[in-house]
Amino acid sequence: MKTAKHIKTLNQANLKESAVKGGCGECQASCQSACKTSCTVANQKCEK
Amino acid sequence: MIHKYKLGGYNICLDVHSGAVHVLDDIAYDILDFCDESMTEKCPEEIVSGLVGKYDRDEIEETYSDLYSLKENGQLFSPDDYEQFSDMMTKAPIKSMCINISHDCNLRCEYCFAAKGDFGQGRCLMSLETAKKAIDFIIANSGTRHNLEVDFFGGEPLMNFEVVKQTIEYARSIEKKYNKNFRFTITTNGLLLDDEKTEYINREMNNAVLSLDGRKEVNDRLRITPNGKGCYDIIVPKYQKLVAGRGDKDYYIRGTFTKYNLDFTEDVLHFKELGFDQLSIEPVVSDPNLDYSIKYEDLPRVFEEYERLAQTIIESRKKGEYFNFFHFMIDLNQGPCAIKRLRGCGCGNEYVAVTPQGDIYPCHQFVGHEEYRMGNLHDGTFNTDMKLEFAKANVYSKDNCKNCWAKFYCSGGCNANNYQYEGDIRKSHKTSCELEKKRLECAIMIKAALAESGDETQCDGEDCISSCI
Repeated sequence: MKTAKHIKTLNQANLKESAVKGGCGECQASCQSACKTSCTVANQKCEK
Repeated sequence: MIHKYKLGGYNICLDVHSGAVHVLDDIAYDILDFCDESMTEKCPEEIVSGLVGKYDRDEIEETYSDLYSLKENGQLFSPDDYEQFSDMMTKAPIKSMCINISHDCNLRCEYCFAAKGDFGQGRCLMSLETAKKAIDFIIANSGTRHNLEVDFFGGEPLMNFEVVKQTIEYARSIEKKYNKNFRFTITTNGLLLDDEKTEYINREMNNAVLSLDGRKEVNDRLRITPNGKGCYDIIVPKYQKLVAGRGDKDYYIRGTFTKYNLDFTEDVLHFKELGFDQLSIEPVVSDPNLDYSIKYEDLPRVFEEYERLAQTIIESRKKGEYFNFFHFMIDLNQGPCAIKRLRGCGCGNEYVAVTPQGDIYPCHQFVGHEEYRMGNLHDGTFNTDMKLEFAKANVYSKDNCKNCWAKFYCSGGCNANNYQYEGDIRKSHKTSCELEKKRLECAIMIKAALAESGDETQCDGEDCISSCI
């Protein structure tokens, strides 16, 4: 966690970097894990 | 684009296109009301004059400077430049399959989206011949994908368990030849679990999804046998035995909440009391005219309950107690890549469902909707035009998604919900959207709270240092 006086940033903000390196498609389909009736993609694990 | 909100005593700002999450003090939060993508280095006089009664000038300028630094570092008002990856968001190999091994069920749950087990197509079981063709189909259409996911689903898959076992045996016998690695999941209501099946599931299934709605009175109101009796007393001891022998393999206790239990935090806590720690409970998907359905006007009450659940989780974690709630899981650093987030759930493109008759659908929720039948395993048909239509149904082709702050987290939502309740796979189901956004706000707030308390890295779950909450 990066801390400044007025702002604490919780993460590395690497979404754009992940786009360049991503797309291998080896991760789980979102519906296969525990939902089956809704879609939450961001809680899936990356396989890399 | 940013999304800023107050929750749980925190001022939170999500920078949508970089994924950065900032926790702000009041002055920084207020200054953001005056800022957008056009921020310049010097603090504009209108911000000072707008806030000088509330904060002093030096503090306003200092805070503005911190915010401007974030913008310069690509962590605030970062541009949407994902269009360059649009070609990666289209057609892809099929890597996941839902095998409806049984279109029969030994429960008659009131809210079942599968028409109480048969998807409106008559009660039947899948033959081994059809199941083998399903395995052959996914191998043939998986391209270079190594990991292939297969979920045995229904209806109730334990009603056809011999075929489940023979299908796994078949897949294992050929996976090395094709350089594939099958991962199996079973979704069960638990009624037919016995020691032998439990041992088999714990040995062979990477994931087991165990249906239970929570407290006995909640579960037994809607999850009933054909003679109208509740199933809680039968299935809970079976689940406890299965989970005790699960080792490090995944499982979820998976519940549905309805209008009847909008206090569903109590059901999550009940799961925990029963000894379960991998938990999922989600809103019923149903016709809004039904008594138990979650309607748009119920949202304020559901939001209140999600906030209560989030606070409960924070308090538990601070006491060193761990349980994982699937719909609050979020990994702010090592989550799925942006390409996956833009592709969405993958239904009809990377993911299909097959029925006992060998019919292929975009996913299990489309089964029975004839206009979305993509083909058949026996006659070898497969509608690649429809596959492409689903491939293109990503966040940038959905009007309500492309400018939504949550687009990288829900990734366009559930196409089946969109189709069933809005009439178009590209038209967002508004109630589902609002629920998803609330869950995300809670999930991020939990991260903020645990980061502040220093508990963020105390999770004892595998692979959980940054991913679970």
